[in-house]
Amino acid sequence: MRRLRSLALAVLPLAVALPLLLGLRAVAGPYLTIVLLDVGVNVILAVSLQVVNGFTGQFSLGHAGFMSVGAYTAAKVTLGLADVQLAFLPTAASDAVVFAGALAAGMAAAALAGLLVGLPSLRLRGDYLAIVTLGFGEIIRSVIENSPWLGGALGLTSLPLETGVVGVGLAVVATVVMAWRLLRSTQGRALLAIREDEVAAEAMGVDTTGYKVRAFVISAAFAGLAGGLVAHLIGSISPGNFGFVRSMEIVVMVVLGGLGSISGAVVAAAGLTVALELLREFQAYRMVAYALLLIVVMLARPQGLLGTRELWEPWRRRRTGGAA
Amino acid sequence: MRGARGVAPVAILLALAACERKRPAEGVAAAAPAAAAPAPGQPLLLGHVASLTGNEATFGDSTEKGIRLAVDERNAGGGVAGHPVAIRTYDDQGKPEEAAIVATRLAVEDRAQVLLGEVASKRSLAMAPIADRYQVPMVTPSSTNPKVTVENDQVHPYVFRVCFIDPFQGGVMARFARQTLHLSRVAVLRDVGNDYSVGLADFFLARFRALGGEVVDDESYKAGDQDFKAQLTAIKAHRPEAIYVPGYYTDVALIARQARELGMAQPLLGGDGWDSAKLFEISRGALEGSYFSDHYSAEDPSPAIQGFVSRYRTRFGAVPDSMAAMGYDAARIAMDAMARARDLTGPAIRDALAATRGFAGITGTISIDAHHDAVKPAVVLQVVNGAGKFVAAVQPD
Repeated sequence: MRRLRSLALAVLPLAVALPLLLGLRAVAGPYLTIVLLDVGVNVILAVSLQVVNGFTGQFSLGHAGFMSVGAYTAAKVTLGLADVQLAFLPTAASDAVVFAGALAAGMAAAALAGLLVGLPSLRLRGDYLAIVTLGFGEIIRSVIENSPWLGGALGLTSLPLETGVVGVGLAVVATVVMAWRLLRSTQGRALLAIREDEVAAEAMGVDTTGYKVRAFVISAAFAGLAGGLVAHLIGSISPGNFGFVRSMEIVVMVVLGGLGSISGAVVAAAGLTVALELLREFQAYRMVAYALLLIVVMLARPQGLLGTRELWEPWRRRRTGGAA
Repeated sequence: MRGARGVAPVAILLALAACERKRPAEGVAAAAPAAAAPAPGQPLLLGHVASLTGNEATFGDSTEKGIRLAVDERNAGGGVAGHPVAIRTYDDQGKPEEAAIVATRLAVEDRAQVLLGEVASKRSLAMAPIADRYQVPMVTPSSTNPKVTVENDQVHPYVFRVCFIDPFQGGVMARFARQTLHLSRVAVLRDVGNDYSVGLADFFLARFRALGGEVVDDESYKAGDQDFKAQLTAIKAHRPEAIYVPGYYTDVALIARQARELGMAQPLLGGDGWDSAKLFEISRGALEGSYFSDHYSAEDPSPAIQGFVSRYRTRFGAVPDSMAAMGYDAARIAMDAMARARDLTGPAIRDALAATRGFAGITGTISIDAHHDAVKPAVVLQVVNGAGKFVAAVQPD
C-alpha cells in the first residue's frame, strides 16, 4: 500500500502536467517558447543544486561541470544514433525515444561523475568543498577542450533540435517532485540533520559522508539532464558554455531563492531568467540593472526570497526537519 | 514484481532488433515564414545580435558602430526600395544560449528582415538553425569558422558571411611567412580554449609544412592566463625564426611582452584576433616588427577606404578597426540584397544574398560562393610605431 502511494505521488504530477504542457505547446509562440525553455532549464539546475547547497548545507561550485558531462554524453548519443530508426515507430516518435534515451545516458554519466567527485571530496567541508568542486568544473572543461573527439574548443555542432516545451516541462516537474519527495524521506531528514549540525548528526548514527555523496550524485544527475536539454535546445555545445560563471549563476539563483527552499529556487530561477529577458531593452546596461536587483534583494532579504520556507507554507517560521 | 523484472531486458532486445537505418531525410518541415513583406514606407528591420558585454565586448561594440554608420548612410540616400532601414540590437553577453534566444526574438517578435551577427563562430552556430527555421537570412560579419555556413556537407540555406574563413586566413600567413619573409623555422603558440585559435593554428601548420617549412614547436595556453614564460622558454630552446600566435589581443599582448623579457627578438605572427587598439596599449611596444593577417587596413590609400575611415572617425571619434569595417560591409551587403530582391520576404532576400557578386566593400571586393562564404582578399599588416601598417594584400588562390 505504501509503495503504491509513493508511486502515485511520483507519477501523478507528471500525468497532470502532460496535458497542460501539450496545451502550452499549442498556444505558445516561438519566442515565448524559447524563453520558457530557458526558464525550465534554469529551474532544473537551481532545484538540483538546492539538494546539495540547500538541503545538505554543502557548498558546491561545480554544477556547470556536471551539466557539461550530461550535455556531451547526450549529444554524443544523439549524434551517434542520428541515422537509426526504430522500425515500429514513425520518425518523429523514434527520434523522441532516442532523445529520451540520450537524456537518460547523460543523467547516468553525470551521476557517475558526481560519484567520482563526491567520494573523495565530500569528506571536506565548507570552503574546501567549494574549491574542490570549482576545480572539478575547470578540469572537465579543460579535458573537453583538449579532446578532438568531443569537438575541442568549438564543441559539438548540428545536434538535432529535440528539446521542446513538453520535454523540458516534464523534466522540471520530475526535478521538483524528486526534491520534494526527497525532502520528506529518511534520506532527506538525514540531509537536513547534516546541514543543521554535522557532528550531532554523526553522533546520532547518520552516515554523513554516505548521505552527502548520495545527495551529490542525485544533484549531478539532474544537472546532467539540464545539460542534455540545453544541448538539444540550441543545437551546439562548446566547453565555454559550462564555465565557472555558469556555475556561479546557478548558485546565485539558489541563494536568492533561499537556501533549502524548493519553491524559492523555482521562483528565483524563473524570476531572474525572465528579469534578464525583460531588461534586454537596456542593452549594455542590462547587467548593471541585474546586479543592482541582486544587491537590493540580498540587502532586503539576506535569507533569500523564501528563506527555508516553501510557497505553500507561509506561516511556518523555519523548517527544522522535525515533524511534518 | 518478479515477472516485471524480466520484461525490461526483453524490451531492450526488441528495441535493438527493431533498429534500422533511417530513410533518407524526408525534408525538414519548414515553419511558416515569420516575416511577411512590410507595407510601403514601413521601416525594414536589421536585427543585430551582439556581444556588448562579456570578454569580447569591444568586438560587438565596433561591429555595432559599423552597422549604424552603414544604415544611416543608406537612409540618407533614401533607404531601401522606398523603405527606411532600422536597426535593433540585443546583447547576448557572449553566450550561445542568449544568442539563440535573441535571434528568435528578432526573427519572430520583431520580425527583422535580416539578422546580422554574431562575431564569434560559437554564437553564430547557435543562431544558424534559427535563421533556417524562420527563414530569416542571417549575415555574419566576422565568424570565420567553416562550420558556420556548412555543416555535415550541407549548406545552411539562410546563413551567409562576408568574411574569409579560417583555412584561408591560416594559409595566408603561412604563404606570407614562407614566400615573402622566407622563413623556414617557426613555432606555434595557440589558445586551446578557443576554436578560432586552434583552427587557425592547424591550417597555418598544414600550409607552412606543405610549402616546405619546418614547424619546430607547438605549444598552447588558455585565454586569461597571465604567465606564458614556461611555453615561451620551451619555444626559445628550439630557436624558431618566428612564432605564430593566433589568439585574441589581450593574451597576445602579454605573450609579446614576456617574450621580449626573455630576450626573444623573433617577430610574432597572428590573425585578425589581434585587431584592437588595446593590443598596442597593453603590449607597450613589444610587438614592433610583428605581422598579422586582417580583413582590411585603415591605412589603405584607396579613396573608398579613406572616405569610410574619415566618416567613421567624425561620427565615433576613433579609427575603425576591422570589426567595424566588417559590420559596415555586412550591413551594406544585406541592404544591397534587400534592394535587389524580387520582394521583401525571407526567401527572396536569401536568393539575392546568394547572388551577390563583385560587391565593392571596404574589406575588398566580395562575392558569395556556393557555400555562402565570401571570396575576398586578406591583408597582412606589420606593427610599426604602435599601429598596423599595410604590407601586402593576399588574393584568394
